[in-house]
Amino acid sequence: MERRTIINFVFILLLAAMAIYGVVWQQHPAWVTNLLFWQPKASRNLDFQLGLDLQGGLQVLMVADLPEGRTVGSQDMATARNIVENRVNALGLTEPVVQVQGSERIVVEIPGIEDPAQAVDTIRETAMLEFVTPPAGATAETLYAIRELQMPISTTYLMSEAEIQSISVMTDVLLFQTELTGGDLDSAYVVRDPNTSQPLVAIEFKSEGASKFASYTANHIGDVLCIVLDKRILSCPSIQTSIPSGKATIEGSFTYEEASQLAVQLQYGALPIPLKIESYKAIGPSLGALSVEKSVRAGIVGLAVVFLFMLIYYRINGSAADLALALYVLLNLLLYKLVPVTMTLPGIAGFLLSVGMAVDANILVFERMKEELRHGRSLKRAAEAGFSRAWTSVRDSNLATLLTCAILYLFGNAFAASLVKGFAITLAIGTVVNLFTAIVVTRTLIRMAFGAAGEWIQKHTWLLGL
Amino acid sequence: MINFVQQRHLFFTIAGVLIALSLVALVTSAVMFNGQFLRISIDFKGGTLFVLHFDETVEETAIRAVFVDNGHTGPIVQRLGAAADNTWQVRTRFAETEEVQRILDDLDAQVGHVNRTLSNWNTVESTVGAEVARYAALAVLAASIAVLGFIWFSFRRVPNPFRYGVVSIVAMLVNVVITLGFYALMGILQGWEADALFLTALLTVIGFSVQDVIVVFDRIRENIPRHRGESFELIVNRSVLETVHRSLATQLNAMFVMVAILLFGGATIKPFIAVMLVGMLSETFTSLCVAVPLLVAWEERAHRHALARAAA
Repeated sequence: MERRTIINFVFILLLAAMAIYGVVWQQHPAWVTNLLFWQPKASRNLDFQLGLDLQGGLQVLMVADLPEGRTVGSQDMATARNIVENRVNALGLTEPVVQVQGSERIVVEIPGIEDPAQAVDTIRETAMLEFVTPPAGATAETLYAIRELQMPISTTYLMSEAEIQSISVMTDVLLFQTELTGGDLDSAYVVRDPNTSQPLVAIEFKSEGASKFASYTANHIGDVLCIVLDKRILSCPSIQTSIPSGKATIEGSFTYEEASQLAVQLQYGALPIPLKIESYKAIGPSLGALSVEKSVRAGIVGLAVVFLFMLIYYRINGSAADLALALYVLLNLLLYKLVPVTMTLPGIAGFLLSVGMAVDANILVFERMKEELRHGRSLKRAAEAGFSRAWTSVRDSNLATLLTCAILYLFGNAFAASLVKGFAITLAIGTVVNLFTAIVVTRTLIRMAFGAAGEWIQKHTWLLGL
Repeated sequence: MINFVQQRHLFFTIAGVLIALSLVALVTSAVMFNGQFLRISIDFKGGTLFVLHFDETVEETAIRAVFVDNGHTGPIVQRLGAAADNTWQVRTRFAETEEVQRILDDLDAQVGHVNRTLSNWNTVESTVGAEVARYAALAVLAASIAVLGFIWFSFRRVPNPFRYGVVSIVAMLVNVVITLGFYALMGILQGWEADALFLTALLTVIGFSVQDVIVVFDRIRENIPRHRGESFELIVNRSVLETVHRSLATQLNAMFVMVAILLFGGATIKPFIAVMLVGMLSETFTSLCVAVPLLVAWEERAHRHALARAAA
C-alpha cells in the first residue's frame, strides 16, 4: 500500500474523530469553544443555531415609511436599528436579533417568546418623550453622569400615587417627576442663536401643553428641567425665564448635526426615520419542536434507504461510499455548528436532499469503474481510471451547483429573504464537503480495500456489483 | 445498441405535450384567480395566514363566523393534515396585532381553545410581489447566462461549444415551464400558493437542471476523439447509453430522500419538496430527451445545409 494512502487514511480518521466529538457530544469545555475565534467572544459555542421556525418565536419586519422620492441614509438606518434594539432588549428576552436588511428594512427576531402581541407593541411604540423635574437630591454632576452613561432612569409617568409613595422611600432610587410628555409637543426644529450663531433646538407645544409649560416655568425659574427619551436623559437645560408662549429653545453645546438629530428625535419619537411594520410572524414554540422531530425522522428514513441502496447496488464500493457519506453528514453538521449556520426547516430539507445528491459523484465513479472492468482492465487500473475519468464530470456539475448557490445567495440578499440565503449557504457547504468526501475519502478507502484484498476481489467481481 | 437519439421526434412530441399542459394549467389558474398564473401567497401580496391548532374538534363554519364578525369578510378556511390534528389554516387580509389578539380571544370563547404553542400566524402588510417577481425573473436570467457561459467555456474544446450551452438552456427553460405548470395545477387542485419557499425550490431546480446535461456532454467530449469516423448521432447515442445508469441511480437516491420527507416530514414543507421532486424528474427527462436530441438535430441540420451549399 502506498504511503500517501496511509497518511490520507490517518488524516480522515482524525477528521472523523473531530466531527464525532463536535457533533455527538453535547458539552464542550471552555478551551474548545474558545478556539472558535471568528465567533463573537460572548457567544462562542458548539450548539446548533435553530431558526425561528424551529424554536418558535416572533419575527417582525419593519420598513422605512418615507414619502415618495426620499431615500434613507445608511447612518439613519443604523441609528434606528440601535434604538429598536434598545427597546427589544428592554423586554428582557433571550438572544433577540435586530438587523438591518437591504437598504430600508429592519428585521427583529425574538426566539421562544410567550406573548408576541406585547412585544410587537413595544417595538413599534413611538419613543416616549418626557420633560421631568429631577429629584431634590440630584446634583448637576449626578445628572451629567447619568446622561453620559445613558443610564435608564425612573419617572413617575403612568405611576399610581401608591407606587410613587413606595418608591420615594427607597433612598437609592432617583425618581424623576414627569411634567409633560411628547404628546404635548407640536413640533421641533433647529434654529441658530441670533447672537452666537450656535445651533439650538426650538420646540413648540400644543395649546394645552403650552399652558402647562407656562405655569411650570413661571414657578421654577432657575431650576433644571430634564428632557428624557425612552427613560434616558437627553439634556438638562435650566429654566431662564417663564415661557407663556409655549415656544422654547433647548440650549446645549450642540454641533449642527447633534441639534438636528435631537430635533428629529423629538419630532418622530426616537427614530430618525418613521418605521412601519411590514410583516410579523409568530410561531408557537412547540410547533417548532414538532417540526424538528418530524424532519429528523424523515431524514433517518430517507438516508437509511440511500445507504442501503448504495450497499446493495455497489457492494464493496458501496460500503466505502456509505462510510464517506456518514463522514459527509458529520462534517456538514460540524460546519453548521462552527460557522455557525442557522438551521431552518427548508435548510434541513435542503441538507437531506444534498445527502441524496452527494452520492452522485460516487455513482459516476463506480459506474465508470464497472465499465473499465467490463473492458477487461485489472481491478486497480479500473479503480484509478474510474476516479480520474469521472473527475471532469464531477468537477463541472459541482461547479454549476456552486454557481447557482451564488445566484441564490445574491437573490436572497436582494429582497431580504433570509430563508433563501440560508438554503444557498447550506447547499454550497454541502457541495464543497461532498467534493472532499466523495473523491478523497472514498478513493482512500477503496485503495486500502483493493490494496489489502485486491486479488481476491478480482476473482469475485460480483462484490463490485458487476 | 439501442438507438435512443433516433426516438427524438417522440421525445419532442412528449415535451411539447407537457409544455402545452403546463401552459393550460397556468392559464386556467390565471382565469380562476384574477390573473394569477400561480396562486400568490401572502409573502408577496400581503395578508394574514393563521395556522390554528385547537384543543378540541371544531366546525369550519364556527371559525369562519369569528373572522367575519371581526370584519374579515371571505376568509379562506382549510383543514391542515388529518382530522384528528384539529389544525386549520385561515387566510385573510392584513390584520393589526390587536386584531389578531382579538380574533384569537374570540376563537377561544366561541369555537374552542387555540393552543398557542402549536399555532402560528404571519401577517404581511405591503405588497412586495412585483419587486420579488422581478428579482426572481432576474435570478432565472442570471442563472441562464451563467450556465450558458459556464458550459460554453467548459466545452470549449468540442466543435461548436455554443450549441451545447444553448440546448442546455432550452432544456432548463422547458424544465422551469413544466415545474411552474405543476405548481399551477396544484394551486387549482390543492390551493398551493407560491411563497418564498417555492421560489427557493424553483431556483434549486434550475441549479440542478444542468447536472445530467453536463454528465452526458462530458462523455460526448470524451468520445469524440475516441471514435473518429463515427457519425455524431452515434457518438451521442453511445454517450447517453454509457451514462444512463448513473443518471437513474442518482435520480433514485434523490427520490428516496424526497419521498421520505413527503411521507414523514411536516405538512408545511410538502409543497416545497414536491416542487423539487417534480423538478428533478422533469430535469432528467429534459436533459436526456430534449437537450441531447436537440444537439443532434442541430448538428444534422447544419450538416444538411453545408451539403446543400456544397452542391449549389
